Amino acid sequence: MIEIEGITKRYDATTVVDEVSMLIEPRTIAVIVGTSGSGKTTLLRMINRLVEPTSGVIKLDGADNRSLPGYELRRSIGYAIQGHGLFPHRTVAQNIATVPVLLGWDKARIKARVEELMTLYQLDLEAFGPRYPHELSGGQQQRVGVARALAAEPNVLLMDEPFGALDPIIRNKAQEDLLAIQKRFGTTIILVTHDMEEAVHMGDKIAVMDAGKLVQYAKPAEILAKPASAFVETLVGASEKPFRLLSLGRVRDAVETGTAEGEAILDDASQRDALAELLWSGRPALPAKGADGKPLGRVTVDGLVKRAARPA
Amino acid sequence: MKEAGVKAWLPSLLRLVLVVLLVAFVTNPGWFEPLLKPLTENNAPAIYNQGSLLTLTLLHLRTVLIATVAATIVAVALAILVTRPAGVEFLPLSRSLVNIGQTFPPVAVLALAVPAVGFGEKPTLIALFLYGLLPIFENALTGLTTLPANVVEAARGAGMTGWQRLVQVELPLSAPIILGGIRLSVVISLATATIGSTVAARTLGEVIIAGLLSNNLAFVLQGGLIVAALAVLIYDGLSAIERYTARRMGQETA
Ligand SMILES: Nc1ncnc2c1ncn2[C@@H]1O[C@H](COP(=O)(O)OP(=O)(O)OP(=O)(O)O)[C@@H](O)[C@H]1O
Ligand SMILES: [Mg+2]
Repeated sequence: MIEIEGITKRYDATTVVDEVSMLIEPRTIAVIVGTSGSGKTTLLRMINRLVEPTSGVIKLDGADNRSLPGYELRRSIGYAIQGHGLFPHRTVAQNIATVPVLLGWDKARIKARVEELMTLYQLDLEAFGPRYPHELSGGQQQRVGVARALAAEPNVLLMDEPFGALDPIIRNKAQEDLLAIQKRFGTTIILVTHDMEEAVHMGDKIAVMDAGKLVQYAKPAEILAKPASAFVETLVGASEKPFRLLSLGRVRDAVETGTAEGEAILDDASQRDALAELLWSGRPALPAKGADGKPLGRVTVDGLVKRAARPA
Repeated sequence: MKEAGVKAWLPSLLRLVLVVLLVAFVTNPGWFEPLLKPLTENNAPAIYNQGSLLTLTLLHLRTVLIATVAATIVAVALAILVTRPAGVEFLPLSRSLVNIGQTFPPVAVLALAVPAVGFGEKPTLIALFLYGLLPIFENALTGLTTLPANVVEAARGAGMTGWQRLVQVELPLSAPIILGGIRLSVVISLATATIGSTVAARTLGEVIIAGLLSNNLAFVLQGGLIVAALAVLIYDGLSAIERYTARRMGQETA
């Protein structure tokens, strides 16, 4: 659990982060969104003390983050820096091994971990392990940056726009991978992004920042349904709201009894994808099926449209 | 295509020829006597005859090496110190000190050093050391202060201590620039070391001075040529090391 209590950061007279308090439950993902310069990176960097706050306290699992020397604290927290920040003079494998080496893991364990992560991020060990960062594409560099942050199996992971340079397909894959890792290891993640879609998809909770202030911190559905201010409303994108709301729901929760013609949609797909399919094919209803192929009923345009309306 | 091939190996060939000529000259200067003879008058010797050219060359190189190593250690240490948060306030002071070292003429340093440390290699070493500090210090300073910010931050973020960051990230990444400073310093020292012979240091300056005293152009020329050849070859060699290091540090070279 991460408790941020009344954190303020001032540079001279300018307040960059202003009295921010938020609580991040263990094993959840908190996403920070906000315009450029709103203090997202600064807030994130106060958690691992790359930036020392002017006032306020941050506690990790109940312990003040100032109870350890900064470098020891940072070895226990994964950090994917904005714009990857790979060491240009170290190979991909050496970059990924950075924190385990600092922690003094034995060679065999480091090697196994590097292999595991490279496989996970679909970077061929033989081909990419000995390469230097400048020999990779931007997207590959970014994935190595995320792998490096994950290397020492941290309980807390700070990610600053980790998927910015990825194309939509790879980005989607990277998001799913991260969600899977998060589920498997119970990692607590704080992720900064500019992409509202990503925020709604990844976040258990979303924190909206504006000019250093935390203006709303709530579950995605609530942010969409009840934006706290005109700023949040604009950020969320008024015209996109119904679709974002639908993207939060799964088909299985919108299934109605009855049958329909044509290719069935998986119950695990998002309701937004189901509506898109319906509108695109001009049909009023789609059959739904479970992962095992068992028919479950159908989803209808009318049913989904009702769900896309502002919740009461 | 063929022309490009010639262009590519021509410099290497020239370098090789220069090395062969240099080695031949300092080991068997007699071979070159006919070439230098026309420069002498009154049957004066064409080849330096008051000591072995090979010994003088090696002593000359030794003096430059010692001075450069000392200047490198001090300049890099100073640059490290003034780029740490605790040492920033010493930056202006060390800049002026190093600048004085460079602007003070080596001849004047020699004149001042002799009464203190006596004649011979020592005053020369002091002069070369002071003169060589500036390029290394300035380059080390540039290297250490222009590191990519997010790479250094990533090193902090990974939990490296200040020392680990310095040794594992900052110094390796600034190595090519520091080497550039050392290269400049060495070339300056190679030429400057010759004046050491005015205070009885055993360098190739001896040959030049002997030539000047006895009005023997052949001596002056051979002393000067050996120093020039050494400078060209060492400059080339260090440039190659620098390019290799830059590539190893993941920096593109033109
Ligand atoms: N070391 C510093 N000294 C002075 N001002 C700073 C410093 N670091 C950040 N700032 C300022 O603090 C503000 C917030 O910066 P921060 O990097 O946290 O923004 P951000 O929300 O992450 O922006 P982006 O989305 O562009 O990454 C900016 O106005 C920035 O100029
Ligand atoms: Mg930022």
